[in-house]
Amino acid sequence: MTDNLVDAIADLKEEEALRIVKSKLDSGEPPAKILEASRKALEIVGARFAKCEYFIPDLVYSGEILKEISELVKPKLKGATQLEHLGKCVIGTVAGDIHDIGKDIVAFMLDANGFEVVDLGVDVPARKFVEKIQEVNPQVVGLSGFLTLAFDSMKETVEAIRAAGLRDKVKIMVGGGQIDDEVRKYAGADAYRPDAVAAVLLAKEWVRRA
Amino acid sequence: MAKTPAELYRERTRRVEDAIQLKVPDRVPLVVSFGLFPAKYAGITCQDAYYDSEKWGAAVKKTLLDFKPDMYHGSAIVSGAVLGHLGCTQVKWPGDGVSPHHTHQFVEGEYMKADEYDAFFEDPSDWVVRTYMPRIYKNLGPLKSLPRLSSMVFGYGQAMQVGALAAPDVAGALDALVKAGLAARDWQAAHNSLHKEIIELGFPLVSGPSTNAPFDMVTDYLRGMRGTMLDMYRQPEKLIKACEMLLPLLIERGVSGARRSGNPRVFIPTHRGSDGFMSLKQFEIFYWPTFKKLMMAFIDEGLTPCPFLEGDWTQRLEILLELPKGKVLGHFDRTDMKRAKEVLVGHMCIRGNVPSSLLQTRSPQEVIDYCKQLIDVVGKGGGFIMAPGCVVDEAKPENIRAMIDFTKEYGVYH
Ligand code: B12
Repeated sequence: MTDNLVDAIADLKEEEALRIVKSKLDSGEPPAKILEASRKALEIVGARFAKCEYFIPDLVYSGEILKEISELVKPKLKGATQLEHLGKCVIGTVAGDIHDIGKDIVAFMLDANGFEVVDLGVDVPARKFVEKIQEVNPQVVGLSGFLTLAFDSMKETVEAIRAAGLRDKVKIMVGGGQIDDEVRKYAGADAYRPDAVAAVLLAKEWVRRA
Repeated sequence: MAKTPAELYRERTRRVEDAIQLKVPDRVPLVVSFGLFPAKYAGITCQDAYYDSEKWGAAVKKTLLDFKPDMYHGSAIVSGAVLGHLGCTQVKWPGDGVSPHHTHQFVEGEYMKADEYDAFFEDPSDWVVRTYMPRIYKNLGPLKSLPRLSSMVFGYGQAMQVGALAAPDVAGALDALVKAGLAARDWQAAHNSLHKEIIELGFPLVSGPSTNAPFDMVTDYLRGMRGTMLDMYRQPEKLIKACEMLLPLLIERGVSGARRSGNPRVFIPTHRGSDGFMSLKQFEIFYWPTFKKLMMAFIDEGLTPCPFLEGDWTQRLEILLELPKGKVLGHFDRTDMKRAKEVLVGHMCIRGNVPSSLLQTRSPQEVIDYCKQLIDVVGKGGGFIMAPGCVVDEAKPENIRAMIDFTKEYGVYH
């Protein structure tokens, strides 16, 4: 039956997916298995996005379905059934920029794909990135920016990370709005990615290599 | 002999209009959406731009006279005083929520809830006054307690209803409205006279009127990105109905704006219909029908729709061929310009797309190399206007200059 749930989520059949989850829970299926299926489904969603079969509305909708599933599952989830994490990522929208819609999609996709995500929010000063990196030791740092004013903040953030002696300890990716590969060069980051799915693929590759 | 501003005005108008009508102009026309660049260039703060229309006006004129683009693309700056009096929470602006050195920024939200479509359909004005305005303007919160607006229409017998307007908190909200209104009148008057001065200096405005694609009105200001995207699945009929309902209002906004300003070029920024934001199929269902009707309505009125096709439209170029030839100016941002030219040649004049990253982080020579490519490939045979892809708030002045001077020199057709 698991495959059924995977398909229902991946095909964005909200009602069907929720119905399957409820009946599984009623018949005593371990919640962890349901979460496992959700993650698998999201991988399919990501793959379809990468093939331009799915677009942002589909990501947003699948996220919504997943949220509803985890609400159903949560009460039955007793403590240590946490899925193992692939790696850690600190993410935030850089100083001066208060936009979160793009960053939130990236954070959600990383989380749903098995990353432990520390989301610092918006308008995050360079210092705060540095402190958080020191505290949680992530492999990946994601800098999001929406407007052109973010170019300089990204550069300053990467410099602050370097000045704190952390540059070699993390991989830094940038993205959002007007960011492109030129800005990546300007800021001194490791990579630019145009969307949330590409960001996840890259982060996975980075932790695999680390 | 130097040309008079009036001669320059005519020459520049002709140059741009020729390009739009797909004739070959004397040279590649050039316009820049300067955004807040003039503030930075003239050494005032962005905060000044939102509060001091005199300083802002001087900065704009200095920028135009120093760089001499063919037209002025107005920067959409809303008065900080007006926003302040209203207690606007839908946007943060320099001096209130964002740095004095940055542009205003939007606060994304579900300003219309998923279950509010019906209230909106049933009585839009009432919903806007009693639900929407209190939600986005904190100082207008008390308008929530007004009686339903239509309850006031039954003649003198309903005169006593005005009592509701004098309830202390409602009176406070009305007072905020009057203060905001007075500030708005001052601001509008100052900006109108700035536009007049700019015209007298010889610079036509790219657009007078502006309006939006119906879908964007819903996704930007009502349901938000997440809300609209979920509606595409959960209540698509209502989403489409909202677009259709907004369409006549948005047509009217463009037409009346054109009448008021005497400028036929209607600016239409477009937001969440581009590649990535939805599939082509979804675009054809949700975005295109009312967007196309909007543009066709302007064309029928003898106006020129000037959509700013933000983001990337590379996968949607063919659909633009449904619009009549030589009647539309399409401004591209991240679209593949070579593809755009191939598809739209002989059909639609295109404007764009020097990247913001190039203008802000690279050298003048690299800007020139990019512009040369554009002129050679996209400028061939006319139908092209040189411009940045994006509003250039923080571009380097020397790069803007390189783009402009090079285009004037190299972009000559005959
Ligand atoms: C919708 C929109 C609006 C909406 C509101 C959007 C909002 N919530 O703030 C409205 C209409 C209110 C609006 C207003 C304005 N806008 Co506007 N807007 C847009 C538009 C069309 C789309 C933005 C959007 O919704 N993105 C959706 C999110 C999900 O996308 P995203 O952030 O890019 O994120 C994705 C990827 O980039 C990636 N990603 C994101 N973060 C990260 C991080 C990492 C590490 C990685 C790897 C990837 C990644 O993953 C996400 C999902 O795939 C853009 C142009 C465009 N197509 O990008 C202009 C744009 C951002 N706006 C612009 C402007 C000028 C304005 C205004 C100033 C206009 C004015 N004069 O009033 C105002 C105020 C500024 C503001 N936006 O706050 C300019 C910015 C110019 C500049 N100098 O920066 C743009 C670029 C348009 C342009 N080409 O000129 N805007």
